[in-house]
Amino acid sequence: MSALTRMTMAEALKGLAAREFTAVELTEAHVRAVEAARPLNAFITETPDKALEMARASDARRARGEAGPMDGLPIAVKDLFCTRDVLTTAASHILDGFHPQYESSVTTNLWRDGAVMLGKVNLDEFAMGSANITSYYGDVVNPWSPGDAGAWERRLVPGGSSGGSAAAVAARCALGATGTDTGGSIRQPAAFAGIVGIKPTYGRCSRWGIVAFASSLDQAGPMTRTVRDSAIMLRSMAGFDPKDSTSVDMPVPDFEAALTGDVRGLRVGIPREYRVDGMPAEIEAMWQRGVEWLKAAGAEPVEISLPHTKYALPAYYIVAPAEASSNLARYDGVRYGLRVEGGNLKEMYENTRGAGFGKEVRRRILIGTYVLSAGYYDAYYLKAQKVRTRIKQDFDAAFTRCDVILTPTAPSGAFAIGEKMDDPIQMYLNDVFTVPVNLAGLPGMSLPAGLGADGLPLGLQLIGRPFDEETLFRVGGVLEEAAQFTATPPFMA
Amino acid sequence: MTYIQGETGNWEVVIGLEVHAQIISKAKLFSGAATDFGSDPNSQVSFVDAAFPGMLPVINAFCVEQAVRTGLGLKAEINLVSVFDRKNYFYADLPQGYQISQFQQPVVGRGQLVLDLPDGSSRTVGITRLHLEQDAGKSIHDQHPTKTFIDLNRSGVALMEIVSEPDLRSAEEAGAYLRKLRSILRYLGTCDGNMEEGSMRCDCNVSVRRPGGELGTRCEIKNVNSIRFVQAAIDFEARRQIEVLEEGGTIVQETRLWDTTRLVTRSMRSKEEAHDYRYFPDPDLLPLELDPAWVEEIRRALPELPDEKKARFMADFKLSAYDANVLVNEKAKADYFEAVANGRDAKMAANWVTGELFGALNKAGREIEDSPVSAADLGALLDLIGDNTISGRIAKEVFEEMFATGAKPGDIVEKKGLRQVTDTGAIESAIDAVLAANADKVEEFRSGKDKLFGFFVGQTMKATQGKANPALVNEILTRKLKG
Amino acid sequence: MSLDKAAVARIAHLARIKVPDEELDHLAGELSRILDFVEQLGEVDTADVAPMASVAAQKLRRRPDEVTDGGYPEAVLKNGPETAEGYFAVPKVVE
Repeated sequence: MSALTRMTMAEALKGLAAREFTAVELTEAHVRAVEAARPLNAFITETPDKALEMARASDARRARGEAGPMDGLPIAVKDLFCTRDVLTTAASHILDGFHPQYESSVTTNLWRDGAVMLGKVNLDEFAMGSANITSYYGDVVNPWSPGDAGAWERRLVPGGSSGGSAAAVAARCALGATGTDTGGSIRQPAAFAGIVGIKPTYGRCSRWGIVAFASSLDQAGPMTRTVRDSAIMLRSMAGFDPKDSTSVDMPVPDFEAALTGDVRGLRVGIPREYRVDGMPAEIEAMWQRGVEWLKAAGAEPVEISLPHTKYALPAYYIVAPAEASSNLARYDGVRYGLRVEGGNLKEMYENTRGAGFGKEVRRRILIGTYVLSAGYYDAYYLKAQKVRTRIKQDFDAAFTRCDVILTPTAPSGAFAIGEKMDDPIQMYLNDVFTVPVNLAGLPGMSLPAGLGADGLPLGLQLIGRPFDEETLFRVGGVLEEAAQFTATPPFMA
Repeated sequence: MTYIQGETGNWEVVIGLEVHAQIISKAKLFSGAATDFGSDPNSQVSFVDAAFPGMLPVINAFCVEQAVRTGLGLKAEINLVSVFDRKNYFYADLPQGYQISQFQQPVVGRGQLVLDLPDGSSRTVGITRLHLEQDAGKSIHDQHPTKTFIDLNRSGVALMEIVSEPDLRSAEEAGAYLRKLRSILRYLGTCDGNMEEGSMRCDCNVSVRRPGGELGTRCEIKNVNSIRFVQAAIDFEARRQIEVLEEGGTIVQETRLWDTTRLVTRSMRSKEEAHDYRYFPDPDLLPLELDPAWVEEIRRALPELPDEKKARFMADFKLSAYDANVLVNEKAKADYFEAVANGRDAKMAANWVTGELFGALNKAGREIEDSPVSAADLGALLDLIGDNTISGRIAKEVFEEMFATGAKPGDIVEKKGLRQVTDTGAIESAIDAVLAANADKVEEFRSGKDKLFGFFVGQTMKATQGKANPALVNEILTRKLKG
Repeated sequence: MSLDKAAVARIAHLARIKVPDEELDHLAGELSRILDFVEQLGEVDTADVAPMASVAAQKLRRRPDEVTDGGYPEAVLKNGPETAEGYFAVPKVVE
């Protein structure tokens, strides 16, 4: 354990600027933490040499007075981002040995701003999952476990798909991590691990160089321990990219500047459809506490309706697998990754893809293939895209009555490894509050609001208007201040 | 109507063509890699073209412009909103596992193309649509005994798929359609039309039916790469289908391959299975929206196309439909002709260009672009005829010399002393000599054998080595013989 | 909507994924449950609703026709499971 790994990004930047420690020292402490945290199985690839080389370069830049906004901050990269010459797996067998000869736009932006890469973190295979139990590289374990703090058990899932990112940040092996969010893959694990995660507006961060899951839903974002750190990291990750046709050409605001602490007069929408059957009372209570905190700070809660909420999951489970079935067609054993030979080309395809994809990925590819196939397109895919329009219209209407929406992030806290595994639908229901945000392309943030009765963190979600991440940061900052979430997981590196 | 005579009566062949025309552009449709033909394998491939993880398409503005220009050239509707779809199938030279194409909302809708038939008549064929799509890579089957090699240089190159209505009724019409389409594409500068290099490929949908009857089941012959082969493939396929039907069989809808060595169509093994392409809008792209003012700008800048040029040539130069067709089918030929015809006798210019020049080029196996005789020189030659410096007959001799050596017509005439004799005295004395030497024939002429006039003309021309002005010879001979 | 074993085999083939025969029944059950779950979309009135084309409210950007990429065959081939003479190699395809 080192004090250097207990800091926030903002504190670390101050320390580096004041020459209290060097980027190399900060990085060395984190490299040791990464090693110490191996029981969590958060990393697929550790890159200590690269980290130290980047840290040395950072110190040199700082000495020249050329330090960038994230200079010297050690972070983890979800292994869905292609990193030049560094193994990139998407946690899938099918990408065996793949060393991209290019660097994703988001990580390029982070390195431009001086961040240091500790390694590539684990995830659900191709980001398909809500528990990080579908990785070819094994399950990730949540650094939290139920019961009294201090006694860690290898028991809970960290959420998914960015489970490795969440575990690494919560266990203090990295100051922050990149995540991607297709249906809740940043926000739900952030909630399960007691950290902050933001899925920006679709188009805010470039998708270029990120292994695609569902193109119309995927969006990269930061996972950190504080709202301010997310603001710092998102500012570096975001930005217009001419290489991504869906990237939006808008200036990137100084998100940190949005942390004014002032939410007076802000209208906070409380969607009545998010009170779902069977939601634990403590989640309901936490949500209510969130409302009270904002009210106390001068905001005005308003009840809103998002009538098509219950249709978001079924629409998502058509759109996402459909896009995935096509996006994953390129893994065919011809140009990179795994090849399992066969008597002819077709056999080679079938053997390679049969052996290369895990069960959840296979399930989704098959569902996606089916809903797009002749005779079913209109009934499934087209219908789902129409429902998606309805969901977007719900939000448009709601945002005429409120400025931000407050909901729980997930209908439960972290669950045990092995739970919900037999029934894909049960697993999918975990994303009930996060999925609508992806379908509508809106920004959403999860932040820790407190601990449940079993001592596990619970998250609140803020949903904003398109490209209004600043309001999320502003409100998130106020909630964070009110929640005073200081609990730490029993497992820390 | 052209029917095919079968054992049991007449059959009509119904043909629709799908032409894949490679767009002339520097870079690919969705990536910045180059499009040059014949480069080293995989040297013109970006990570996008090879479908590496996380790669995304960004559309090339010029390719869109070329498609719109082609649509306008085909008198077609331009769709101001069109959508790119993914056509999903697995093939070794299709790296993404899907082709980005346009399915339900193509950039260009209904248009038309006028067929110029050999008898000078014309017929309009419907164009169903034109859409933009990516080319696949190339599979090379013959370099290794057990392997197929994949070259992705073509992968992602912009194609226009131009689909005709099933309006064609013979292999000849299919040939005329392709020649006309190629001509329009070349006029527009949107595709070089080079079928040998694969920049224009044709899929033929062929079916047969009893004249006027229900449409038959069609077979698709894939990727035929010359007009000659298209015609041969259609002829073969039509006869094959007729044979099957006349023997009581049925046609199975299938994809067939034209075997260029055995000159037959055969079922394609790799395409045996029924396809389910699972088209859906590409979520990596947005709908393509065109500004109507921009479309108008392209329309205004369109060059004169073969049909308009033909009409103008017929109206302004009084050319026959046949001559006009021959001249306009290639822009370079039409330009050449116009340069020769301007300010001169257009009919004579047309005769010289289509007769002497095209004949000589054909014999020499040369294209109009590398004609040894420039349009200016041919014009100068016609001027020499016009001002009676030389006769038409001498001009043909001069032309041959020009074609062989590239020399200027004036120089040839001077050097060889071919200038026409217009000195009446000289001609008169030559005629006198001819009449004196053929007194018997003069008698015969005067007693009514009119036909002998030609003989005297010939003798006079011979005596003057062909240089005597034919009009003067006629005039003086007439006077002297009658007198 | 319920899928049988044969339907799953057909879809798996379309997706070029080898599924062992003994897994087909179980998979058919799972996929059928997912299809049953999404069936509820039928309740939503979507008359006069356009399908969502893109959540990003913007027009398709076009890039200029310039050669800016490619020309690195080594990098393209570097991860290839089997390459020869500058090509990717696959089992022989008979057309």
